[in-house]
Amino acid sequence: MSFEKFLFYVFASILVLSATMVITRRNPVQSALFLVLAFFNSAGLWLLMEAEFLAIILVLVYVGAVMVLFLFVVLMLDINIAEMRAGFIRHLPVGLLVATVMVVQMVLVVGSGSFGLEQFPAPIPQPADYSNTEELGSLLYTTYMYPFEIAAAILLVAIIAAIGLTLRRRPDSKYQNPSRQVSVRRADRVRIVKMDAEKKMGSK
Amino acid sequence: MIALSDFLVLGAILFSLSVAGIFLNRKNVIILLMCIELMLLAVNMNFIAFSHFLGNTVGQVFVFFILTVAAAEAAIGLAILVVLFRNRHTINVQDLDTLKG
Repeated sequence: MSFEKFLFYVFASILVLSATMVITRRNPVQSALFLVLAFFNSAGLWLLMEAEFLAIILVLVYVGAVMVLFLFVVLMLDINIAEMRAGFIRHLPVGLLVATVMVVQMVLVVGSGSFGLEQFPAPIPQPADYSNTEELGSLLYTTYMYPFEIAAAILLVAIIAAIGLTLRRRPDSKYQNPSRQVSVRRADRVRIVKMDAEKKMGSK
Repeated sequence: MIALSDFLVLGAILFSLSVAGIFLNRKNVIILLMCIELMLLAVNMNFIAFSHFLGNTVGQVFVFFILTVAAAEAAIGLAILVVLFRNRHTINVQDLDTLKG
Protein backbone atom coordinates (compact mmCIF):
# COMPACT_ATOMS: atom_id res chain seq x y z
CA MET A 1 0.00 0.00 0.00
CA SER A 2 1.50 3.29 -1.08
CA PHE A 3 1.75 6.27 1.23
CA GLU A 4 -0.93 8.14 -0.74
CA LYS A 5 -3.35 5.27 -0.36
CA PHE A 6 -2.63 5.16 3.37
CA LEU A 7 -3.30 8.91 3.65
CA PHE A 8 -6.52 8.53 1.68
CA TYR A 9 -7.84 5.85 4.01
CA VAL A 10 -6.89 7.78 7.15
CA PHE A 11 -8.62 10.97 5.95
CA ALA A 12 -11.63 9.11 4.54
CA SER A 13 -12.26 7.05 7.68
CA ILE A 14 -12.02 10.08 9.98
CA LEU A 15 -14.28 12.00 7.58
CA VAL A 16 -16.99 9.31 7.60
CA LEU A 17 -16.72 8.89 11.39
CA SER A 18 -17.05 12.61 12.06
CA ALA A 19 -19.98 12.87 9.62
CA THR A 20 -21.69 10.08 11.59
CA MET A 21 -21.01 11.98 14.80
CA VAL A 22 -22.52 15.16 13.30
CA ILE A 23 -25.87 13.48 12.73
CA THR A 24 -25.99 11.45 15.95
CA ARG A 25 -24.66 13.76 18.67
CA ARG A 26 -27.16 14.98 21.23
CA ASN A 27 -25.61 18.42 21.64
CA PRO A 28 -25.60 20.78 18.61
CA VAL A 29 -22.29 22.29 19.78
CA GLN A 30 -20.62 18.90 19.52
CA SER A 31 -22.21 18.40 16.09
CA ALA A 32 -20.76 21.68 14.89
CA LEU A 33 -17.30 20.77 16.20
CA PHE A 34 -17.42 17.39 14.47
CA LEU A 35 -18.44 19.17 11.27
CA VAL A 36 -15.27 21.25 11.63
CA LEU A 37 -13.29 18.00 11.87
CA ALA A 38 -15.04 16.72 8.73
CA PHE A 39 -14.10 19.90 6.85
CA PHE A 40 -10.47 19.59 7.90
CA ASN A 41 -10.29 15.99 6.68
CA SER A 42 -11.90 16.76 3.35
CA ALA A 43 -9.43 19.61 2.92
CA GLY A 44 -6.72 16.97 3.33
CA LEU A 45 -8.37 14.81 0.68
CA TRP A 46 -8.60 17.77 -1.68
CA LEU A 47 -4.88 18.35 -1.18
CA LEU A 48 -4.33 14.73 -2.27
CA MET A 49 -6.22 15.60 -5.47
CA GLU A 50 -3.96 18.64 -6.08
CA ALA A 51 -6.72 21.17 -5.46
CA GLU A 52 -4.60 23.23 -3.07
CA PHE A 53 -6.40 26.53 -3.45
CA LEU A 54 -9.83 25.07 -2.73
CA ALA A 55 -8.49 23.08 0.23
CA ILE A 56 -7.17 26.26 1.83
CA ILE A 57 -10.39 28.10 0.97
CA LEU A 58 -12.37 25.33 2.63
CA VAL A 59 -10.41 25.72 5.85
CA LEU A 60 -10.40 29.53 5.79
CA VAL A 61 -13.97 30.20 4.70
CA TYR A 62 -15.79 27.18 6.05
CA VAL A 63 -13.99 26.49 9.29
CA GLY A 64 -13.02 30.11 9.86
CA ALA A 65 -16.25 31.87 8.98
CA VAL A 66 -19.27 29.64 8.38
CA MET A 67 -18.70 27.20 11.22
CA VAL A 68 -17.88 30.01 13.66
CA LEU A 69 -21.20 31.58 12.63
CA PHE A 70 -22.92 28.24 13.26
CA LEU A 71 -21.34 27.91 16.69
CA PHE A 72 -22.23 31.51 17.51
CA VAL A 73 -25.89 30.95 16.65
CA VAL A 74 -26.01 27.59 18.46
CA LEU A 75 -24.60 29.15 21.61
CA MET A 76 -26.82 32.23 21.35
CA LEU A 77 -30.12 30.35 21.04
CA ASP A 78 -31.46 28.69 24.15
CA ILE A 79 -32.51 25.31 22.76
CA ASN A 80 -34.25 22.56 24.66
CA ILE A 81 -32.09 19.61 23.60
CA ALA A 82 -34.26 16.85 25.09
CA GLU A 83 -37.31 18.06 23.21
CA MET A 84 -35.32 18.21 20.00
CA ARG A 85 -34.31 14.59 20.37
CA ALA A 86 -37.85 13.25 20.50
CA GLY A 87 -38.48 11.00 17.50
CA PHE A 88 -34.80 10.22 16.94
CA ILE A 89 -35.25 6.52 17.74
CA ARG A 90 -38.55 6.39 15.87
CA HIS A 91 -36.99 7.73 12.67
CA LEU A 92 -33.80 5.68 13.04
CA PRO A 93 -34.92 2.59 11.04
CA VAL A 94 -36.30 4.51 8.09
CA GLY A 95 -33.27 6.84 8.02
CA LEU A 96 -30.86 3.91 8.08
CA LEU A 97 -32.87 2.11 5.39
CA VAL A 98 -32.87 5.11 3.04
CA ALA A 99 -29.17 5.75 3.61
CA THR A 100 -28.24 2.11 3.00
CA VAL A 101 -30.30 1.88 -0.17
CA MET A 102 -28.76 5.11 -1.47
CA VAL A 103 -25.21 3.96 -0.71
CA VAL A 104 -25.75 0.58 -2.39
CA GLN A 105 -27.30 2.17 -5.47
CA MET A 106 -24.63 4.81 -5.86
CA VAL A 107 -21.78 2.34 -5.27
CA LEU A 108 -23.26 0.12 -7.97
CA VAL A 109 -23.13 3.07 -10.35
CA VAL A 110 -19.83 4.72 -9.41
CA GLY A 111 -17.99 1.64 -8.16
CA SER A 112 -14.66 0.42 -9.50
CA GLY A 113 -16.40 -1.43 -12.35
CA SER A 114 -17.09 1.72 -14.35
CA PHE A 115 -14.81 4.34 -12.72
CA GLY A 116 -11.82 2.20 -11.81
CA LEU A 117 -8.17 2.68 -12.72
CA GLU A 118 -8.66 0.95 -16.08
CA GLN A 119 -11.25 3.45 -17.28
CA PHE A 120 -9.70 6.51 -15.59
CA PRO A 121 -5.95 6.00 -15.10
CA ALA A 122 -4.35 8.08 -12.37
CA PRO A 123 -3.12 11.38 -13.86
CA ILE A 124 0.55 12.28 -13.94
CA PRO A 125 1.40 14.40 -10.87
CA GLN A 126 1.94 18.08 -11.63
CA PRO A 127 5.52 19.42 -11.47
CA ALA A 128 6.67 21.24 -8.35
CA ASP A 129 6.47 24.71 -9.95
CA TYR A 130 2.83 24.20 -10.99
CA SER A 131 0.52 26.70 -9.31
CA ASN A 132 -3.06 25.59 -8.82
CA THR A 133 -4.05 29.08 -7.73
CA GLU A 134 -2.63 30.62 -10.91
CA GLU A 135 -4.45 28.09 -13.08
CA LEU A 136 -7.75 28.70 -11.28
CA GLY A 137 -7.29 32.47 -11.36
CA SER A 138 -6.56 32.53 -15.08
CA LEU A 139 -9.83 30.66 -15.67
CA LEU A 140 -11.87 32.72 -13.20
CA TYR A 141 -10.74 36.11 -14.48
CA THR A 142 -11.12 35.32 -18.19
CA THR A 143 -13.66 32.68 -19.17
CA TYR A 144 -15.71 32.85 -15.99
CA MET A 145 -15.56 36.61 -15.44
CA TYR A 146 -19.32 37.22 -15.46
CA PRO A 147 -20.17 34.27 -13.17
CA PHE A 148 -17.43 35.55 -10.84
CA GLU A 149 -19.06 38.99 -10.71
CA ILE A 150 -22.46 37.40 -10.12
CA ALA A 151 -20.92 35.48 -7.20
CA ALA A 152 -19.75 38.80 -5.77
CA ALA A 153 -23.28 40.18 -6.14
CA ILE A 154 -24.68 37.10 -4.37
CA LEU A 155 -22.34 37.67 -1.45
CA LEU A 156 -23.41 41.33 -1.28
CA VAL A 157 -27.06 40.25 -1.27
CA ALA A 158 -26.28 37.79 1.54
CA ILE A 159 -24.63 40.53 3.61
CA ILE A 160 -27.54 42.94 3.14
CA ALA A 161 -30.12 40.22 3.78
CA ALA A 162 -28.44 38.97 6.96
CA ILE A 163 -28.11 42.49 8.36
CA GLY A 164 -31.60 43.48 7.26
CA LEU A 165 -33.15 40.41 8.85
CA THR A 166 -31.48 40.69 12.22
CA LEU A 167 -31.46 44.49 12.60
CA ARG A 168 -34.08 45.76 15.02
CA ARG A 169 -34.96 49.10 16.53
CA ARG A 170 -35.59 48.91 20.23
CA PRO A 171 -38.30 51.42 21.18
CA ASP A 172 -36.61 52.30 24.48
CA SER A 173 -33.11 52.84 23.14
CA LYS A 174 -31.68 56.37 22.90
CA TYR A 175 -29.58 57.39 19.95
CA GLN A 176 -28.39 60.62 18.33
CA ASN A 177 -29.73 61.97 15.08
CA PRO A 178 -26.67 63.43 13.29
CA SER A 179 -28.59 65.30 10.60
CA ARG A 180 -30.64 67.18 13.18
CA GLN A 181 -27.49 67.83 15.20
CA VAL A 182 -25.74 69.35 12.19
CA SER A 183 -28.67 71.43 10.99
CA VAL A 184 -29.28 73.11 14.34
CA ARG A 185 -28.96 76.92 14.45
CA ARG A 186 -27.87 79.27 17.15
CA ALA A 187 -31.41 80.62 17.58
CA ASP A 188 -32.67 77.13 18.47
CA ARG A 189 -30.28 76.77 21.37
CA VAL A 190 -29.41 80.21 22.81
CA ARG A 191 -31.77 82.96 23.95
CA ILE A 192 -30.13 86.32 24.62
CA VAL A 193 -31.82 88.33 27.36
CA LYS A 194 -31.21 92.08 27.77
CA MET A 195 -31.18 93.16 31.39
CA ASP A 196 -29.58 95.70 33.68
CA ALA A 197 -26.54 94.75 35.73
CA GLU A 198 -27.45 93.57 39.22
CA LYS A 199 -26.32 95.54 42.24
CA LYS A 200 -24.99 94.00 45.42
CA MET A 201 -27.46 94.05 48.26
CA GLY A 202 -25.28 95.77 50.90
CA SER A 203 -23.45 98.33 48.73
CA LYS A 204 -24.54 101.94 48.21
CA MET B 1 -2.79 4.30 -6.68
CA ILE B 2 -6.08 5.84 -5.59
CA ALA B 3 -8.79 5.29 -8.19
CA LEU B 4 -11.53 7.73 -9.15
CA SER B 5 -14.13 5.29 -7.83
CA ASP B 6 -12.63 5.55 -4.30
CA PHE B 7 -13.41 9.26 -4.16
CA LEU B 8 -16.83 8.77 -5.75
CA VAL B 9 -17.77 6.06 -3.22
CA LEU B 10 -16.61 8.32 -0.40
CA GLY B 11 -18.79 11.11 -1.77
CA ALA B 12 -21.74 8.71 -2.00
CA ILE B 13 -21.29 7.59 1.63
CA LEU B 14 -21.04 11.19 2.81
CA PHE B 15 -24.16 12.20 0.89
CA SER B 16 -26.19 9.27 2.22
CA LEU B 17 -25.06 10.00 5.78
CA SER B 18 -26.35 13.55 5.48
CA VAL B 19 -29.66 12.30 4.02
CA ALA B 20 -29.97 9.98 7.03
CA GLY B 21 -29.15 12.96 9.26
CA ILE B 22 -32.07 14.90 7.78
CA PHE B 23 -34.34 11.95 8.55
CA LEU B 24 -33.07 11.56 12.11
CA ASN B 25 -32.93 15.21 13.19
CA ARG B 26 -36.03 16.53 11.52
CA LYS B 27 -36.93 18.69 14.51
CA ASN B 28 -33.69 20.60 14.86
CA VAL B 29 -33.20 23.23 12.15
CA ILE B 30 -29.56 23.81 13.06
CA ILE B 31 -28.60 20.17 12.49
CA LEU B 32 -30.62 20.23 9.26
CA LEU B 33 -28.50 23.15 8.04
CA MET B 34 -25.33 21.26 9.01
CA CYS B 35 -26.55 18.23 7.03
CA ILE B 36 -27.02 20.45 3.98
CA GLU B 37 -23.43 21.66 4.39
CA LEU B 38 -22.28 18.02 4.50
CA MET B 39 -24.23 17.29 1.30
CA LEU B 40 -22.57 20.18 -0.48
CA LEU B 41 -19.22 18.88 0.74
CA ALA B 42 -19.95 15.46 -0.81
CA VAL B 43 -20.91 17.08 -4.11
CA ASN B 44 -17.75 19.20 -4.08
CA MET B 45 -15.71 16.05 -3.45
CA ASN B 46 -17.11 14.52 -6.66
CA PHE B 47 -16.45 17.69 -8.65
CA ILE B 48 -12.82 17.86 -7.54
CA ALA B 49 -12.26 14.12 -8.11
CA PHE B 50 -13.52 14.37 -11.69
CA SER B 51 -11.54 17.56 -12.24
CA HIS B 52 -8.38 15.79 -11.07
CA PHE B 53 -8.85 12.61 -13.07
CA LEU B 54 -10.03 14.29 -16.29
CA GLY B 55 -7.29 16.94 -16.10
CA ASN B 56 -9.81 19.77 -16.40
CA THR B 57 -9.73 22.72 -13.99
CA VAL B 58 -13.29 23.82 -14.75
CA GLY B 59 -14.60 21.44 -12.07
CA GLN B 60 -12.65 23.39 -9.46
CA VAL B 61 -14.15 26.66 -10.74
CA PHE B 62 -17.58 25.15 -10.18
CA VAL B 63 -16.62 24.14 -6.63
CA PHE B 64 -15.56 27.73 -6.04
CA PHE B 65 -19.03 28.96 -6.99
CA ILE B 66 -20.71 26.26 -4.88
CA LEU B 67 -18.67 27.40 -1.87
CA THR B 68 -19.76 31.01 -2.49
CA VAL B 69 -23.44 30.14 -2.70
CA ALA B 70 -23.21 27.82 0.32
CA ALA B 71 -21.64 30.54 2.43
CA ALA B 72 -24.44 32.96 1.45
CA GLU B 73 -27.05 30.31 2.16
CA ALA B 74 -25.63 29.54 5.60
CA ALA B 75 -25.50 33.24 6.52
CA ILE B 76 -29.09 33.95 5.46
CA GLY B 77 -30.38 30.68 6.95
CA LEU B 78 -28.85 31.44 10.32
CA ALA B 79 -30.17 35.00 10.20
CA ILE B 80 -33.68 33.66 9.55
CA LEU B 81 -33.18 31.22 12.42
CA VAL B 82 -32.24 34.03 14.82
CA VAL B 83 -35.29 36.10 13.80
CA LEU B 84 -37.48 33.01 14.15
CA PHE B 85 -36.20 32.32 17.64
CA ARG B 86 -36.66 35.95 18.63
CA ASN B 87 -40.30 35.92 17.54
CA ARG B 88 -41.44 32.40 18.47
CA HIS B 89 -38.95 31.43 21.24
CA THR B 90 -38.52 28.01 19.62
CA ILE B 91 -36.83 26.54 16.57
CA ASN B 92 -38.69 23.26 16.76
CA VAL B 93 -39.96 22.52 13.26
CA GLN B 94 -43.18 21.06 14.65
CA ASP B 95 -44.13 24.33 16.34
CA LEU B 96 -43.77 26.40 13.18
CA ASP B 97 -47.31 25.89 11.91
CA THR B 98 -48.80 29.40 11.88
CA LEU B 99 -49.40 29.17 8.13
CA LYS B 100 -51.70 26.18 8.76
CA GLY B 101 -50.34 24.52 5.65
